[in-house]
Amino acid sequence: MDMSQFFTTNDYFSIIPAVMLALFGCAILLFDFLIFPDPRQRKYLLIFVVLAEGFTGFSLFRQTSWLAAQNVPDLSGFGGSITVDGFSIFFNWLFLIAALIVAVVSYKYLENAGEHHGEYYALVLFAQSGMYFLAAGTDLITLYIGLELMALCFYILVGFLRSDKRSNEAALKYLILGAFSSGFLVYGFSILYGLCGSTKLADIAGAIAQRPAWDPMVFLALTTTSVGLLFKISAAPFHMWAPDAYEGAPTTITAYLSVASKAASIAFLLRIFLGPFASARETWEPLLTLIAVLTLTIGNLAALNQTNIKRLLAYSSVSHAGFMLLGLIAGNETGIKGIAVYIMVYTFMNLGALLVVVALRRANIIGEELDDMAGLVHKSPGYAFLMLIFLLSLAGIPPTAGFLGKFYIFESLIETRHYVLAAVASLYAAVAIYYYFKIVRSMFIREAPENEPALATTFPLRIALGVSLAATLVIGLYPQPFLEIAKSSLLVR
Amino acid sequence: MDQHLLSIILLTPLAGLAVLLFLPGKNKDLIRIWANLVGFGGFLISLPLVSRFQAGKPGYQFEESVDWIPALGAHYHIGMDGISLLLIMLTTLMGSIAILCSWNAIQERVKEYYAMFLLLQVGMIGVFLSLDFFLFYVFWELVLVPMYFIIGVWGGPRKLYAAIKFFLYTLAGSVLMLLGILTLYFQHHQQFGFYTFEIAELMKLNLPLGLQQWVFWAFFIGFAIKVPMFPFHTWLPDAHVEAPTAGSVILAAVLLKMGTYGFLRFSLPLLPKASMDQKIVQILAILSIIGIIYGALVSLMQADWKKLIAYSSVSHLGFCTLGIFSMNPNGIAGSVLQQINHGISTGMLFLVIGIIYERRHTRAISEYGGLAHVMPKFAIIFAIAMLSSAGLPLLNGFVGEFTILQGAFEANPIWAAFAVTGVILGAAYLLWLYQRTMLGQVTNGKNLTLHDMSAREVALFVPLIAWSIWIGVYPKPYFDVLRQPVSEIVQRVRPGYYSGPVQNASIPTVPSNGGAR
Repeated sequence: MDMSQFFTTNDYFSIIPAVMLALFGCAILLFDFLIFPDPRQRKYLLIFVVLAEGFTGFSLFRQTSWLAAQNVPDLSGFGGSITVDGFSIFFNWLFLIAALIVAVVSYKYLENAGEHHGEYYALVLFAQSGMYFLAAGTDLITLYIGLELMALCFYILVGFLRSDKRSNEAALKYLILGAFSSGFLVYGFSILYGLCGSTKLADIAGAIAQRPAWDPMVFLALTTTSVGLLFKISAAPFHMWAPDAYEGAPTTITAYLSVASKAASIAFLLRIFLGPFASARETWEPLLTLIAVLTLTIGNLAALNQTNIKRLLAYSSVSHAGFMLLGLIAGNETGIKGIAVYIMVYTFMNLGALLVVVALRRANIIGEELDDMAGLVHKSPGYAFLMLIFLLSLAGIPPTAGFLGKFYIFESLIETRHYVLAAVASLYAAVAIYYYFKIVRSMFIREAPENEPALATTFPLRIALGVSLAATLVIGLYPQPFLEIAKSSLLVR
Repeated sequence: MDQHLLSIILLTPLAGLAVLLFLPGKNKDLIRIWANLVGFGGFLISLPLVSRFQAGKPGYQFEESVDWIPALGAHYHIGMDGISLLLIMLTTLMGSIAILCSWNAIQERVKEYYAMFLLLQVGMIGVFLSLDFFLFYVFWELVLVPMYFIIGVWGGPRKLYAAIKFFLYTLAGSVLMLLGILTLYFQHHQQFGFYTFEIAELMKLNLPLGLQQWVFWAFFIGFAIKVPMFPFHTWLPDAHVEAPTAGSVILAAVLLKMGTYGFLRFSLPLLPKASMDQKIVQILAILSIIGIIYGALVSLMQADWKKLIAYSSVSHLGFCTLGIFSMNPNGIAGSVLQQINHGISTGMLFLVIGIIYERRHTRAISEYGGLAHVMPKFAIIFAIAMLSSAGLPLLNGFVGEFTILQGAFEANPIWAAFAVTGVILGAAYLLWLYQRTMLGQVTNGKNLTLHDMSAREVALFVPLIAWSIWIGVYPKPYFDVLRQPVSEIVQRVRPGYYSGPVQNASIPTVPSNGGAR
């Protein structure tokens, strides 16, 4: 029998990055037992991670050049279940950067926490391959499987500190709420399938466009699907898991969760809302507007009183989700490009901020409270200034990269005449400075406690921080090439 | 060199900052010397501007323009006219004086302190030079961070509160201003088909009055908080009282001018219809007058020396905004000159407070009295500073206030009538302050042993006093420099002004004495 009927070169080419990640993930599980029996050698497993990301990056690069050589906007595999386009490649680069950075900085942190195991790296890679399908999937089943693959890995990773109660609690909360939201999502998907008779996003888009505005069944599908999606990007009122999960998880995983998982969920959200639901805009625009304002309000106001840095950053990431939703509400080219720019700069600045928190975890200090940052500038001025730049960027102060993200979102709101939303969002951008500067105040103005051990830095951590810093500053000062990259990611419809 | 002069002026503090970061932090004197060299060097480098600037030449001079972010239409476009020339000179001079006056006052974390000051200097110079709105906004925001640290780290007991209040207020204003900028940016794309932040391009926009009004109010929030106009002034006394001396000096002398400069450079020329809208002009003039009188009355009641001067800034800046919204050449030229005057006079007054605070570590007026007997040099210098601020003829304050009142009178005699009371009250609280602190017998024993000003301290005041007398005696060069840019603004806002029946448009070369008071 001729296999090519079922499996073509295109099919293979469209999923090769995910295959690479999965294979290397399996290799790590295998080699962990076979050749690295000594726990101290486990950091050599990073070789596999680096190789995996190398091959993935190479495959992504080949996909880009293939698209350019053929001069086509996208390549679909598996009968339209997977679509490789500028959008998927752009997001996958973000996942790759986040996963690589998180993996290489983890070993010292995990050793300090006494939980350095090989499967950690495997799970990071598996999660990333799930993300691949979230960014490239154009079929409800593919997307759902990608989502669950990613989420399951994260449930385990959040609870990776087995002896830590907070970590266990966080994992359980995340699991239960996550399963619940997946339930909603699948319910919505099943209605979509019932309405349209297909699981392909393109077919669904066509079928929904035929239906009248405010069709009750479309509305039902829309709301239930949105619950699942909004949960994943931690938009209010579905954000409750985020502060607990971010706080309990190992800080490296907090970074991974807040950056890569969020980027993947945003990609998923854009695929659904700009695909099948594009024609139902007048139905979901008011809904999302409400959600976005609520997200900004809760994210920013709840962050004001936090004393734990990870919780604070969790609420701040809720508020960033609100900003990105605003870009979708505006919905014009500037808005969608704005989301891409925003998520790109968010990746670097949020990774950077959390990496500094990673370095705070020393021998017997958890290092996650604002008090642990007190007087950081006296002991480790370099880290204090790094953190300052990341926080300024998170707050959107020029000339850091974060400003550019906010710039595009505001501009898109103005262009689509959402003046009130723009004013509300800009005032929340000002509110945010208060809680980001609580950290700055702690680092720069308060006095340091006596006899604190030095920060736990490693060579990879310093490299990772350097990369994040360079990206945050370069994107802020000379954004031209990065804007072109973001532009290449626009979903062509 | 001429075509890059402005870039050199802008980058001198930045280059100095880069070197400073590599100096050993333990060697405090080396850091101080270097920071002072950079500050003074920055002033010297800006001096050629004065000789090479051609007064009366229309448009901008020393322009430089390079594409920065083509995808956004943002340019590195800098240039100056008469208004920015004066403000740049004020910035470089006050910057070097502020750095010099910190020599003894700052003993902790010296390196970071000077680093923040140099960064602040870059931001302030950039604000006054930018001819591209994106670039302007970047510098505008850049100023916030170092000022936060200067207040928050080296400030007084309530520094944390004052620093974050300063940051939150100004940031809230500037993000709303950003929305106004983005509206213009988008409208330009609608009308001309390409995105740009160039001020010159945005001036070509033809916008309906309604939209102009919205954008005007968005700009207003940003600029009025910075000035600060009543009722947005509440951050100012806190920031001034808690900031270290040099921080107060630079805050009063330069930072507040960013707001008035914003009105002149952006609000008026970009939104001429809204700026001439009677309702808006009325509201702003009334707010200015409230600021003048309220600031002065509150100053009268202060028991804290520094807070008194801080509130006097509210009053003096009220004159500057009143001058702007008189919308005639006298008012606007007077406003710019008064901005410089306020920088000089209030800068000196804060330096005076810094000198006495370094000796006694208290700012309560009741702690002092009869200081003139103990510190004669100090008494003379304080008297000059105080009189220049109060607007004594032959000193700088008089010229500015007089011209503003002339402009206000032309616009609406009632405004001038109310504003004049501010001049009287200003003389009252300043003279009373002087009387309570300097005159009479020494009532507090602790004051008997105070030593008089050192040579370094006197050196701080010499250029400022000289400048103040120069403006007071011979202000013609200033009006010459200002005539062209001011007439461009007036021409833009009131197109028929110079050809109309009102013929008192000529700017007085030397104000005649009397009349105002």
